[in-house]
Amino acid sequence: MSISDIKKEFPIFNNKIHNNDLVYLDSANSSQKPQSVINRVNEFYTNEFSNTGRSVHYLAVAATNLYENTRSSVQKYINAKDKNEIVFTKGATEAINLVANTFGQKYLEQGDEILITELEHHSNYVPWHFLRQSKGIKIEFAEINEDSEITLESIEKKINSKTKLIAITHLSNVTGAVLPVKEITELAHSKGIAVLVDGCQGAPHLRLDMQDIDCDFYAISCHKMYGPTGLGVLYAKKKWLEQLPPYQGGGGMINDVKKDSITYGDLPNKYEAGTMATAQVIAFDQSIKFLEKIGIESMIKHEQELIEYGQEILKRNNSVKLIGNPKNRAAVLSFTIEGVHPHDIATILDEDGVAIRAGHHCCQILHDKLGISASARASLGVYNTKEDLDQLNSSINNCKKIFNL
Amino acid sequence: MNIKELYQEIILEHGKNPRNLRKTENFNKDAVGKNPLCGDNVHVFLKLDENKKVEDISFEGSGCAISMASASIMTDLIKGKEEAEVKEIVNDFLGMIKENPELKSKNLEEDEKTKLMCLSGVKQYPMRVKCATLSWHTLISAIDNTQEEINTEQLG
Repeated sequence: MSISDIKKEFPIFNNKIHNNDLVYLDSANSSQKPQSVINRVNEFYTNEFSNTGRSVHYLAVAATNLYENTRSSVQKYINAKDKNEIVFTKGATEAINLVANTFGQKYLEQGDEILITELEHHSNYVPWHFLRQSKGIKIEFAEINEDSEITLESIEKKINSKTKLIAITHLSNVTGAVLPVKEITELAHSKGIAVLVDGCQGAPHLRLDMQDIDCDFYAISCHKMYGPTGLGVLYAKKKWLEQLPPYQGGGGMINDVKKDSITYGDLPNKYEAGTMATAQVIAFDQSIKFLEKIGIESMIKHEQELIEYGQEILKRNNSVKLIGNPKNRAAVLSFTIEGVHPHDIATILDEDGVAIRAGHHCCQILHDKLGISASARASLGVYNTKEDLDQLNSSINNCKKIFNL
Repeated sequence: MNIKELYQEIILEHGKNPRNLRKTENFNKDAVGKNPLCGDNVHVFLKLDENKKVEDISFEGSGCAISMASASIMTDLIKGKEEAEVKEIVNDFLGMIKENPELKSKNLEEDEKTKLMCLSGVKQYPMRVKCATLSWHTLISAIDNTQEEINTEQLG
């Protein structure tokens, strides 16, 4: 599929917003959905619906096969070694909570440390905070440098003999900084420390190779990856999934249930209690097919051209201040305009059909560090074009005009 | 609805140069309000005299043009009014932002009503209503001495 045809795959772009074409620059929040994904949800409910894994009738067997097909597609897409290393969750948030609960329960004791970074989204901080409260563990923050990057050195500085887990984002949802997760994992493993990567922003924009990164856990948000809401993926190395206790108890995750004892099911069932988001899982297969059809290399090249173009025009626009200056940046441009609050920017841009996000983007720690209460964020999807960024720039100019800047 | 009806000159001017953005000395009532979704925060200080008349009112905080302008206009307007009048004006304002086409309060002069109606543009922007009403809810909390922080996510 050529890049110029991509927008046509997304029916939302047929709509007008305040009589203008939609310029959607909020994909870091959630991406739009291609027609094939939307159709797949409809088709499954219309002609193929059944619960998975429980009954022997025709529809149940077919649904189970479709559900497991997606697991195989995800395994292939992220190059995991084993299909059973893919656990479906209700989102990346649940994926991280799953690890915090099970790993925390079994391996963490009072005084142990978890190392995160100042770039983390609240979903990669709050679950660890729960352990700080319940088990008395400590949370350390690796600090950003003047370009708002997290380097290997800033991680190394905070590691000590108490560090049990490093939990880091792959790609910052505020600065767009790409973290050296492979190098960080190598360093952590050399000291016997496990690594969790929050891949919410990394998964939709970067090449994913679990065996190459070698991290222990990787959390994915499917709705940011052109897939349905209510679905996430936890990749975890098989040794962990075998060793860790189950997360939620219920149907489907058990092996044998007696009045005085219960044994748990094999992988991946052990971590998928209750009826799962079946239609979403089945439709997510189409999201992966969509990405494969474009080709990861073409997608990365296209988005890299866009991010460089976006940086260039915003840097040229005086009164716009970009947040962070990471050498390796992808998909996200956050900014402030001197004299205009981000919420006013977002409201004015919306009038032109330009959808951005304003606020702290669930990263209060980072905003506090930068000394600002909020920022405006334009984030890219594979459907965006240079024209979208030109419109962003001209709407920013309109905003400056309204505020007499 | 044109965006310029929301961002009228008077709002931009008050947003840029908010009146009473300071802390009243010897204040006897105060309250804090926050909008956790956008990080806006306001701290309202009141000094009521023995007749429960607003001798001074001021605020500290940061936020968007709408929230700063709203707090600025509010403090300007209620200075010198009696507590009961203030409460009635706040309810009138909140009613106007919510549903009423105009202000009904007998405690407001025509020019004061005109000034307040400049904020009526937010009615068309449901996501921004909280910006305009935060300081007003906080003022009521200060008067009532509720000691509770106003949180826009917990308001009806």
